Amino acid sequence: MADIVKKATRESYGEALAELSEVYPDLIVLDADLAAATKTGIFKKACPERFYDCGIAEANMMGIAAGLAATGKKVFASSFAMFAAGRAFEQVRNSIGYPHLNVKIGATHAGISVGEDGATHQCNEDIALMRTIPGMVVINPADHVEAKAAVKAALEYEGPVYLRFGRLAVPVFNDESTYKFEMGKGVQLKDGSDVTIIATGLMVNEAMGAAEKLSSEGISARVINIHTIKPIDREIITKAAKETGVIVTAEEHSVIGGLGSAVAEVVTETAPVPVIKVGVNDVFGHSGPAVDLLKEFGLSADNIAAKAKEAVKLK
Amino acid sequence: MDEVMKKQLEATAVKVRMGIIEGVYNAKSGHPGGSLSVADVLTYLYFARMHVDPKDPKKPDRDRLVLSKGHTAPALYSVLAQRGFFEVEELKTLRKIGSRLQGHPDMKYIPGVDMSSGSLGQGISCAVGMALSGKISCDSYRVYAVLGDGELEEGQVWEAAMFAAHNKLDNLTAVVDNNGLQIDGKITDVCSPMPITDKFAAFGWHVIIADAHDFDSLEKAFDEAESVVGQPSVIVQTSVKGKGVSFMENQVGWHGTAPNAEQYAQAMSELQAQLDSIEQ
Repeated sequence: MADIVKKATRESYGEALAELSEVYPDLIVLDADLAAATKTGIFKKACPERFYDCGIAEANMMGIAAGLAATGKKVFASSFAMFAAGRAFEQVRNSIGYPHLNVKIGATHAGISVGEDGATHQCNEDIALMRTIPGMVVINPADHVEAKAAVKAALEYEGPVYLRFGRLAVPVFNDESTYKFEMGKGVQLKDGSDVTIIATGLMVNEAMGAAEKLSSEGISARVINIHTIKPIDREIITKAAKETGVIVTAEEHSVIGGLGSAVAEVVTETAPVPVIKVGVNDVFGHSGPAVDLLKEFGLSADNIAAKAKEAVKLK
Repeated sequence: MDEVMKKQLEATAVKVRMGIIEGVYNAKSGHPGGSLSVADVLTYLYFARMHVDPKDPKKPDRDRLVLSKGHTAPALYSVLAQRGFFEVEELKTLRKIGSRLQGHPDMKYIPGVDMSSGSLGQGISCAVGMALSGKISCDSYRVYAVLGDGELEEGQVWEAAMFAAHNKLDNLTAVVDNNGLQIDGKITDVCSPMPITDKFAAFGWHVIIADAHDFDSLEKAFDEAESVVGQPSVIVQTSVKGKGVSFMENQVGWHGTAPNAEQYAQAMSELQAQLDSIEQ
């Protein structure tokens, strides 16, 4: 068996920006003193004249991004999810969302897998916050290949987009040569009839692991990757609800307001079935190695499989 | 400035004030006090300074203005209407359902509005972004941002000030409308942002003081701002909140209150008398 390649999606973000800088001469990248961590430093190295460091001032950075976009530039504004979506929420809403400006927000270090920095930096609320802004696209890629494709797709799209990336190196399971990213479309990775696992971000790979475990126990699980949380693919979710009768969602985010909520919002309208949510259960995180934290908070293939078994009994 | 030009600007500013009162009166809500204090500087900018084309409001090389103190939208709308971006009659639709003239500026639908604004402290950052954009692509347009003095209490203003000076944005001129009053009272009683000039100077800005209601003073100030190389400029204009309507002048209560029918009639009659005296 070939070695599994692992890569953090923040690396994919930085690499994609550097590559796209050659194609888009009006691409400007902003950061707020975190270029080394968000990996916009890769773009900065390739294209220093189009990189601007706003210093530790995320609110101002969002306004500057809005001003650049209002004068025709293509802009990525980058920081940790906690500060991009959290601290600067109102700037994103009023200066970018309300005028529907062409700003892309590249938010890294999302979720509990920030690790040792602890709760102040582990943002489990960003999907909830960003998807309440009218017209905001919210994308949470699952691996390196998807992340790079998502950055390109966001750049080609006219309007505000929130992109969520992780700090932790995660398995690369998509094949770059055949992968196609379609904004707003869910991806069925595996068919199944007993239960559907709908996952996003680094939980997609865990969902695939869970499906394998379930299969060995005679449970047939469908796996869907929702990389675009808004606008969400209502069709693929409704179809799964009707055909498998029960859904388990999996996300590295609070169970309040994220993917699980978005999926439940769809099925309550189109095909009411139980939706069991795997995520951070309305608690703050704490310091520790990312992989251990993911296990501790139940963000694992084992926990998804366990929840899926419970879910099947609800049918 | 020659006398003919000055008289024209003075007459236009009175008409702008009439539009403010008309809009706020019809809306039965809005912010007349601060709108009246910026009426002259906005009139000056749109009629004597900025390169704009009402027939082509989105012209790429136009000068831009961000009304960071967005609650004074009635003044901006009234100036834009006088300048021909839309009909003066439309001012009566201010804040009404179906109207383009939202309570705070909305760039998506209102011709001539360069940035949506109103949440204080945010407009200046957007103006800084526009100025940076101009520098990046070597465009010749200038960017103006109009802020309130109370607005300076927002920390974001100083984040923006730091960035603008660091990046030497000499194509940016900020105007601080120093009328001394904010909703809860005098700025010096609420949470003083004073000394305004020293703060901007310490942040690396070129600081100019002007009389907000004297077109000669304004012209001198904007000439000076435009001549500065390598740093952004701020014009701190000493103004009178409610300027032009006797019973609104320097009264904090008129920050966000609409006149009743009687007050409306008195305000309009005072302004008409001012116009008659200028046009004599």
